[in-house]
Amino acid sequence: MNFVKKLVDKVKPTFSEGGKLAPLHSLFDAVETFLFVPNETAKKTGAHIHDAIDTKRTMITVIIALIPAMLFGMWNVGYQHFRAIGVDAGFWEQFAFGLLAVLPTLLVAYIVGLGIEIVIAQLKHEEVAEGFFVTGFLIPLIVPIDTPLWMVAVATAFAVVFAKEVFGGTGYNIFNVALITRAFLFFAYPTKMSGDQVFVRTRDAFWWGAGNAVDGYSGATPLGQLATSATGDVAMHDVLGNPIGFLDAFIGWIPGSVGETSTLAILLGAVVLIATGVASWKIMLSVFAGGALTALAFNLWGPDTAIAHLPWYEHLVLGGFAFGAVFMATDPVTAARTEVGKWIYGLLIGVVAIVVRVLNPGYPEGMMLAILLMNVFGCLIDWCVVQANIKKRLKRATSK
Amino acid sequence: MKNEKLLNTLLGPLSKNNPVAVQVLGICSALAVTVELKPALVMGLSVTVIVALANVVISLIRNTIPSSVRIIVQLVVVAALVTIVSEVLKAYVYDVSVQLSVYIGLIITNCILMGRLEAFAMGNKPWDSFLDGVGNGVGYALILIVVAFFRELLGSGTLLGYPVVPQCVYNAGYVNCGLMMMPAMALILVACVIWVHRSVDKDLQEK
Repeated sequence: MNFVKKLVDKVKPTFSEGGKLAPLHSLFDAVETFLFVPNETAKKTGAHIHDAIDTKRTMITVIIALIPAMLFGMWNVGYQHFRAIGVDAGFWEQFAFGLLAVLPTLLVAYIVGLGIEIVIAQLKHEEVAEGFFVTGFLIPLIVPIDTPLWMVAVATAFAVVFAKEVFGGTGYNIFNVALITRAFLFFAYPTKMSGDQVFVRTRDAFWWGAGNAVDGYSGATPLGQLATSATGDVAMHDVLGNPIGFLDAFIGWIPGSVGETSTLAILLGAVVLIATGVASWKIMLSVFAGGALTALAFNLWGPDTAIAHLPWYEHLVLGGFAFGAVFMATDPVTAARTEVGKWIYGLLIGVVAIVVRVLNPGYPEGMMLAILLMNVFGCLIDWCVVQANIKKRLKRATSK
Repeated sequence: MKNEKLLNTLLGPLSKNNPVAVQVLGICSALAVTVELKPALVMGLSVTVIVALANVVISLIRNTIPSSVRIIVQLVVVAALVTIVSEVLKAYVYDVSVQLSVYIGLIITNCILMGRLEAFAMGNKPWDSFLDGVGNGVGYALILIVVAFFRELLGSGTLLGYPVVPQCVYNAGYVNCGLMMMPAMALILVACVIWVHRSVDKDLQEK
């Protein structure tokens, strides 16, 4: 580490004002603060609280929490692929295939997103904000594995510019940037974002693992199967037609977007987030509660369709529900900030997600739309909570 | 001096005082008719003709209109002109008129029209009013054309109905952006026009 530090210090003047590579100082700053804790801290005489956890450390914590979902997602991509083409493959072979399949998306998201951030930071003479570290990591996790890379690039650019930078950059965005990326893809290129062709890769990854799908193969996700089920039957099956149940969905060896399938891996991430205090357990819990209660209500009084008959506990482990609850709804920038507000915010996300799933046949999954919708209301909920508190205290002060 | 003022009346609305980009009027129709270039062109032309003529008519009778019923008088004039334009479109470009459907009729409620009649024609001479109408109509049409150009190019891969994105690009995996076909994207494109406009013309930036 000392060697790196020396190197960084040595080239620093080149990037400073007046140096040869001054136009690239944003890029240099980004690399330097990524590697080392910045030297400048608040002065001892100031009234500020000193805390070792700056935005960058917070972001790294979220990335660490995302790693189980990422690793499982990679393995699952390979697992589904080799099952679909009918080839017996070992664990490492499956994982390596998934790694090769997911890596390009990850790289494209980071290169495009960070590229735009660096250019904008340079233009505005600001430091590069850290927000994109997590966004770039989230994007490959929430898109189908077969999303073309240029689409990921276009959607990432759109989201970074129109969902974040125009509002003032990291920390000022109204909507979750990663979800806007997905929403853009979903509405702009619907054929590549839904249906039964995109969630399992049957083609090769870097010329490796090519093959033809076996007879009886179906790449539909469980929620997709339920949405198109004509009989009102809640039976789900995997890519080869074998029945699957709650435990399969909980562990996550089912087709779906890369990081969303394994509720187990997501819960591991949730433990990290809650233990470090980075994300709010109140939001997570209330999203699950809202979803469970709504699903239960549909079970009892809902329409006679397969998705309405789906037991409430299966709703929570299928699709992007758990991923959205743990990693998307808890985004501190877009979520409600008051403690009571968090409960309301989370509860409504859960409710809306299940309502969209059950009542709108066009959208088998409602989590993305639910979170984006509630992002809009986050501030309003806070405002109402604060106003209610003010009224309550005024009443207490003025009565008697 | 007088000519300069007239020129300003005509050219002001094209940029500095653009009805869509600066005054943010007539947005609803800008969202509705800009999926393709052709209806946007026809819509822009219709609005230009209607604003110009309505301005002239109102300006001619401006001293005889009792101020308590002026809105109704303005509406009658606009409605008459809109009906004429609508019939002409039905007669000569039927397919476009079907595409524009209610939006030709809704020119009556277009904020730009009422705005120009109230703010300009009620207090100015017919020739000035005519130029003001043409300027505002063209200013509106310009924005429509820019927005429709990008929406049709990126959303359908065509311009004026002719395919411009070559087949080999599609074969290479390119897909038209379905979001461009939705009104939400028109709003974002109008915002982009405003963004570019204001970064070029620094006078327009609010402090």
